[in-house]
Amino acid sequence: MSVRRMVPIMGALFALSAGFAQAQISDSVIKIGVMNDQSGTYADLAGPGSVVAARMAVEDFGAAKKGMKVEILVADHQNKPEVGSSVARQWYDVDKVDLILDVPTSSVVLAVNQVTREKNKAFIVSTGATSDLTGKACSPNSIHWTYDTWSLANGTGSAIVKTGGNSWFFLTADYAFGHALERDTEAVVKKNGGKVLGKVRHPFPSSDFSSFLLQAQSSKAKIIGLANAGADTINAIKQGAEFGIVKGGQQFAGLLVFLTDVHALGLDKAQGLILTESFYWDLNDQTRAFSKRFAKLHKGAMPTMVQAGVYSALLHYLKAVEALKSDAGPKVIAKMKEMPTDDPIFGKGRVRQDGRKIHNMYLFEVKKPAESKGAWDYYKLRATIPADQAFRPEKDGGCPLVK
Amino acid sequence: MSEIFGIPTQALFGQLLIGLINGSFYALLSLGLAVIFGLLNIINFAHGAQYMMGAFCAWFLLTRLGLNYWWALLLSPVIVGSTGIVIERLMLSRLYKLDHLYGLLLTFGLALIIQGLFRNEFGSTGLPYAIPKSLEGAQNLGFMFLPTYRAWVVVFSLAVCFGTWYLIEKTKLGSYLRAGTENPQLVQAFGINVPRMVTLTYGFGVGLAALAGVMAAPIYSVNPLMGEHLIIVVFAVVVIGGMGSIMGSILTGFMLGLVEGLTKVFYPEASNTVIFIIMAIVLMIKPAGLFGTQR
Repeated sequence: MSVRRMVPIMGALFALSAGFAQAQISDSVIKIGVMNDQSGTYADLAGPGSVVAARMAVEDFGAAKKGMKVEILVADHQNKPEVGSSVARQWYDVDKVDLILDVPTSSVVLAVNQVTREKNKAFIVSTGATSDLTGKACSPNSIHWTYDTWSLANGTGSAIVKTGGNSWFFLTADYAFGHALERDTEAVVKKNGGKVLGKVRHPFPSSDFSSFLLQAQSSKAKIIGLANAGADTINAIKQGAEFGIVKGGQQFAGLLVFLTDVHALGLDKAQGLILTESFYWDLNDQTRAFSKRFAKLHKGAMPTMVQAGVYSALLHYLKAVEALKSDAGPKVIAKMKEMPTDDPIFGKGRVRQDGRKIHNMYLFEVKKPAESKGAWDYYKLRATIPADQAFRPEKDGGCPLVK
Repeated sequence: MSEIFGIPTQALFGQLLIGLINGSFYALLSLGLAVIFGLLNIINFAHGAQYMMGAFCAWFLLTRLGLNYWWALLLSPVIVGSTGIVIERLMLSRLYKLDHLYGLLLTFGLALIIQGLFRNEFGSTGLPYAIPKSLEGAQNLGFMFLPTYRAWVVVFSLAVCFGTWYLIEKTKLGSYLRAGTENPQLVQAFGINVPRMVTLTYGFGVGLAALAGVMAAPIYSVNPLMGEHLIIVVFAVVVIGGMGSIMGSILTGFMLGLVEGLTKVFYPEASNTVIFIIMAIVLMIKPAGLFGTQR
């Protein structure tokens, strides 16, 4: 069959299946682009797992039953801003993608944020962390969903300073994310009366931290703050054990530690770490039910908070599209801010004017090997940070959308 | 306390020692590359993947067969080396008559395939591998805390490097090898099986990569991408040392480890580029590398 003859037939099929959509949904398909690191440092904490979560959201929303046609595209941005922005352009211009979702690596987040605004589409970030996305870089086309550097600093940073960890040395990944996390944590440390003795910025990604650890050791700071993520954090903690960091009386503060990182480190090395997350699979019946379904589809691995965040974000997006009967970028984002959120991941919440999604954050401590009942039983809850205190106050971010 | 450029001398000693430890990985890996290039004229881009396979092999031996680190140190190079022999027999041996580039393309492609397969199976976060019991702990040297395992890495890799150098430069077997690359027909006429010698040499080079992988496993996590990050640096080391020069690659490996270590103290942001800056300078002044000879 020639291409020319196929086109009208396919068109007719779409028209039949998309009874509700018609003119309002652009080209009658809602196209979602999941863009993340599919193969590198951040692939296990987001990567293919985020795609699984996105598919679950489409299924649970019941898109097919409601006659909405939803398609998911996947791209690997390799943690490079230039790759990210060229994929974004290609997706928006050629593939007619309506929403870009997930996106780890803050430098890529800021680049795609720019492109999305220029093309007037929609952008929801789950894995990327920089709090600038709802601050000076905020946009009417973007929402920051799961967590951010400010909320991590506010959770882990202040908890540690309050329990006596008042002198800090930072090991910082040398790019937008590390800088933002270091800045936000430093502010929290100083606000609570602590001081920062030094910092070192390591190339991203790094495999050898011995030299940096030695510098941290000689600073005599009580706390070594790891303003990095994924494999970098794992390697730093692992090598820290070799150099006797903890034995020497210093402590690590993993400022961004994911469930998959703890899994890779093993409880033996990770025990006692304090960390802040917005989701853990074993929080309540709903999170357990979701996570068990997820694990079945993802090689038995429990979801990280950012993978769960992709599910929650896409569910809310589809609800907004349904209510609006349109997938026009800024309109959907505005509708998402207007509608309260409710899902099995974060419970009830809302999206602020600056694009910040608000929900509880939790302070966890990694269990000792003896306390764990088996694989993935890693955290115990230390404190719940209520939604209204978990994120930077709207007025402090410097977002021009907030009047 | 006395200071050099604002850094306490003691801290500086610590950093130099760390540089030496990293240098020993560079030396061990670039040695394998130099042996393969020097004797086979193949630019082995799969070296990083073979290093990674060595680490995974150690992990398999431990978790599936219960064989500890010392067994891995022995078996892993043999197992991965034999995969190298298969690759040489089936594929590389067909390329010797062609330009270097074909060997490079083939091994590069193999590296991508191997890494992709491991990543699909094991993910990218990496798997834990514990330091052997007898090498746990650390010595307090006064100026720094030296983990016993890292001290072992330096000593062992020095021994392996100089052993290899001795084997190739000073023994009869080594002289056959060198003669075989100079003039294969003539050496064959003396009744020496040159193709078999070449095959075994490739296997040996690959085995060296696997050995480095086993030694790296307890320090870094066993990770499908561990070789990819390292291989580019190691190539720079080989180029700076002079392609094919065995002693050159050993000395340059340790030297660049030191330079990198110092950069991490004075300007950490540049620590992953400094080697390439040196490479550019060396290539401008001495295109054949520090220890290479123009062919």
